Amino acid sequence: MEKVREVLSRYGNQKESLIQIMLELQQLSGNNYLPAEWVAAVSEALQMPLSKVYGVITFYAMFNTSPKGKFIVEVCKSGPCHVSGAENVLCMLEEELGIKAGETTCDGIFTLQLSSCFGACDIAPAIKVGESVYGNLTREKLKDIIVSYREGLKYAKC
Amino acid sequence: MQSAKVLSARFGAIKPDSVEEYVAAGGYEGLKKAVGMQPEDIIEEIKKANLFGRGGAAYPTGIKWEQAYAIKKGPKYMVCNADEGEPGTFKDKHILAEDPLELIEGMTIGAFIMGSNEGYIYIRGEYAAIQRTVKSAIENAKKAGYLGENILGTGLDFDIKVISGAGAYVCGENTALVESIEGKTGRPRQKPPYIKNCGLYMMPTILNNVETYSCIPWIVKEGGDSFSSMGTEFSGGTKLMCLSGNVANRGVYEVPFGTTLRELIYDMGGGIPDGRKLKFVHLGGSSGACFPESLLDTAICYNTLKKSGLSLGSGAVLVVDDSHCAVDYAKIVMEFFEEESCGKCTPCREGNQRLVELLERLTTGKGTLDDIERLKSLSQTMKTTSFCGLGQSAPTAVITLLKYFEEEFKAHAAGQCENGKCNMHGKGAE
Amino acid sequence: MEMINIKIDGLDVSVPKSATILQAARQLQIEIPTLCYMKGLNEVGSCRICVVEVEGWRGLHPACVTKVSEGLSVKTSSSTVRESRKNILELIMANHDRECLSCPRNQNCELQKLCNEMGVEAVPYEKRADRGTIDKSSYIVRDPGKCVLCGRCAAVCSDIQNVGVINYAHRGAHTSVTTPYGDSLSEHSCINCGQCIKICPVGALQERDDTGKVWNAVEDNELHVVVQTAPAVRVALGEEFGMQPGTDVEGKMVTALKRLGFDRVFDTNFSADLTIMEEGTELLNRLNNGGRLPLITSCSPGWIKFCEHNYHDFIDNLSSCKSPQQMFGAVAKSYYAHKAGIDAKKVFVVSVMPCTAKKFEADREELKVDGLRDVDAVITTRELAKMIKQSGIQFAELPDSGFDSLMGVSTGAGAIFGNTGGVMEAALRTVADLLTAKDLNDIEYTSVRGMEGIREANVVINGMDLRVAVVNGTANASKLLDKIRSGEAAYHFIEVMACPGGCVNGGGQPIIMDKSAAEEVKRMRIEGIYGIDRDRELRKSHKNPEIKEMYEEYMDNPGSHKAHQLLHTHYVKR
Repeated sequence: MEKVREVLSRYGNQKESLIQIMLELQQLSGNNYLPAEWVAAVSEALQMPLSKVYGVITFYAMFNTSPKGKFIVEVCKSGPCHVSGAENVLCMLEEELGIKAGETTCDGIFTLQLSSCFGACDIAPAIKVGESVYGNLTREKLKDIIVSYREGLKYAKC
Repeated sequence: MQSAKVLSARFGAIKPDSVEEYVAAGGYEGLKKAVGMQPEDIIEEIKKANLFGRGGAAYPTGIKWEQAYAIKKGPKYMVCNADEGEPGTFKDKHILAEDPLELIEGMTIGAFIMGSNEGYIYIRGEYAAIQRTVKSAIENAKKAGYLGENILGTGLDFDIKVISGAGAYVCGENTALVESIEGKTGRPRQKPPYIKNCGLYMMPTILNNVETYSCIPWIVKEGGDSFSSMGTEFSGGTKLMCLSGNVANRGVYEVPFGTTLRELIYDMGGGIPDGRKLKFVHLGGSSGACFPESLLDTAICYNTLKKSGLSLGSGAVLVVDDSHCAVDYAKIVMEFFEEESCGKCTPCREGNQRLVELLERLTTGKGTLDDIERLKSLSQTMKTTSFCGLGQSAPTAVITLLKYFEEEFKAHAAGQCENGKCNMHGKGAE
Repeated sequence: MEMINIKIDGLDVSVPKSATILQAARQLQIEIPTLCYMKGLNEVGSCRICVVEVEGWRGLHPACVTKVSEGLSVKTSSSTVRESRKNILELIMANHDRECLSCPRNQNCELQKLCNEMGVEAVPYEKRADRGTIDKSSYIVRDPGKCVLCGRCAAVCSDIQNVGVINYAHRGAHTSVTTPYGDSLSEHSCINCGQCIKICPVGALQERDDTGKVWNAVEDNELHVVVQTAPAVRVALGEEFGMQPGTDVEGKMVTALKRLGFDRVFDTNFSADLTIMEEGTELLNRLNNGGRLPLITSCSPGWIKFCEHNYHDFIDNLSSCKSPQQMFGAVAKSYYAHKAGIDAKKVFVVSVMPCTAKKFEADREELKVDGLRDVDAVITTRELAKMIKQSGIQFAELPDSGFDSLMGVSTGAGAIFGNTGGVMEAALRTVADLLTAKDLNDIEYTSVRGMEGIREANVVINGMDLRVAVVNGTANASKLLDKIRSGEAAYHFIEVMACPGGCVNGGGQPIIMDKSAAEEVKRMRIEGIYGIDRDRELRKSHKNPEIKEMYEEYMDNPGSHKAHQLLHTHYVKR
């Protein structure tokens, strides 16, 4: 809650900063979501009805109201990636991670989901992991990417 | 062929957020010239430039600015639409990531004209790393005196804030974008009142796309006539085109207006790989029209395209080869809109969902000829009755694919997908 | 006023510059169909049912939000327009639970009416968007499967009531109007006012149905079932049977209740008079003894819950008096049971209320005496109409009967509780007599009457200058309380009613199908109540002989220990 208050005060409890505040808070959650008690705290601090805040966070695709994996792996399903073989990418990732789109791996590291175009059409088919975009994907490349995130996490823990 | 370099001249050549390098490469000359001019004269240059809004609506920028300038109340806000969500579009990303000061300079010239003190760049949430680059460029411009207080000794105070989107295509619609900057859900507002009178916080607002603002410094520096002379009679300057899909060299190309789509796809883009043939081009993003080879010689020019019933939109050119199925593709496009509709008005919220349902029937062997008729009638209703441009243009792909590939739709109703993309569950096999 | 000349369906019309196409068409007796539109409240142009063709304009345009301009030529029902409206209705219907036959709003549903008019026959789509399941956990039942996403309820909840417990959430095909996280309304600050029910065009919002509970009680031979009817019920119940709004159907209502099998039929107007005795005394006490002011009325349970959620600092200003409904229950199970020689445990109290929040109030933990709930079941005006219809009683043709005695006599002061300003006026009538020790003739305090959201008046009684305010709608209450907080305003006595117009427009009153007539219906109901007051011989609560008798025999004086035990309560911060 301390973190929440810090972010809120940095934005001066301004209503118009709701989206920016929520983006920061989601980053801080560690699980890519907005815990309900944080949302309630924001609603109170900004003096906005909770229903309105809830309306905003469920409107934007980047916000989650339930915990996700540490890394969200997004597969673009829009036209440019579709004609460049996005479906294969999805299948490969489903196999690699052992989950279906919309699910989170048992270890809580990856959430696999479909996404609208994120502007990487020149390297389609593309995926996004957190902030990073990867394109021109093959099975080998995908494997390497997933491994690199798993490894990175291991080192971070040491 | 890729000769014209108005916007992309510095791409890759300078450190994107470095004011020093930007200035060394000819940056800020437009602003320096502008502050010695009368606002009316700058607007006159922009009008002469024949610059049309690059976001998709293609409204003449000079006239927009003239109207905004004439509005007496204030404060006035300068807002940049960097929400680039139209599938197949990634040109603004290049400006933002490789030469953000070009955009910042353009907005500052606008602020000088309008006497605006506050600017906002609304960048889609998916471009998080780029947001940091732009923020850093803004900070550097402030340090160098090109932003902030008393810019270049003119007495103008102008600051720019970067606002992040959070994943909503509809926020590319101007009124929805303004709502989103205000921290609300991005549902479009009823027009009128228009943004220029009642925009951000209900104040006069000058809202342009990244590419549009980025043309301004060049126009001021080199003159409107030089800019317009690069294009056609009806469309001045150059355009960043985004080439994607089944084409050899995908990427962003800066081309002068008048270049044909064939030149772009075959001469610059290297044509269709793997010995395939072109099936159709989807122009202007998912909200644009799909058309076959026969229209490829159309020039990239707002007027010429309009005559062929097309619209340049954001400048996305998605090339689709003949291995793909038109019905399956239509379904993918409609799934995008089903997801991205803001949900405010009935035709868009419900209509996109039903277009997906009808297309799903056709791509799974359950479709009938009646479904095709319904696709047509529902698309028309959506086009004519939706609240905003998103809903009105959402069925464009379906309408145009039906226009050029109706036989393929009918074959699906009979259980046949010639490309083998659709699983007909045995229908039509007998 | 600047006038604009336009053409609609070939007819010339001149309208004010500010008019919309919808308003202009009405001037020509052309009713363009609407669904999401609610004048002054929800002018959003989102449902698109009202689209029209405008010559020279691309596409179709919503008549409800499109302003007229000189020379406009409009077609309101061309084949394109009709086809589009039909397509749009089919889209709405495709995601609407089409359980018309079992829907409480069957034949009283705006969507059903539109579909009939536009010739929607079959719905050509299959899949359903998941908008959630029916939630019966609160006093207001939400059925998202029937919701057409017009947004009218959300607008009323936030703009008129300043409660804002429901709103749009999600987007695209997943768009819904819901509570935060889809929770039960009772987990949030819903005040159960039911204004959302009244404004819903379909059956997506309903009160909890308590008619089963009442039928069971009536048919239980072990129970002695008494019923009370609130002041505002009798001027609206007739609407359910085709009568004019505002018609006083008290006599028929009493006959119907007797036929339904209630053992005694009493009147909440009686306990309204009782409330004035207690609340008037409380006001005088606070005025004379430096008590907390302003005193704020406590009859409206929606308002009370609103205050408990949002204005903790005013909880001590609330009158400690129970509402007339609860006072009635408390005396029914004590005084009446005692007089009638019935075991209080066997007395089952049913209320017929214009209000959905009364269901919540009756369930409040503290509203019981000696372990017995004051009120056992609450039904709305609509639910009573349903029971009457279920039993085949031809209401309109019924003869009149009178309330049973002991708690059936009431004054005009009790009657006007149903209108905004009524409690204030009733209290002033009694307080003025008490302060002057006279039987004053000038008893119509017209300065506190009316339909405005906030009304203020200075009333001089016996040299004492009383500053009073009357508020209806909780958003207006917020405005007033904020002013008091900031020191901008100060009063001695405030009446607050949660519903705009007061109880006559309560959340349990008959649905007004034609929303453009809603204000007029409200006015007629209010007029009906003032008519009852005018016709009463007794118009001051303290003149009620049954009240006098009760105090004499059972409770000594207003404000006595016994009265406090039975008739007063306390509130909680929420």
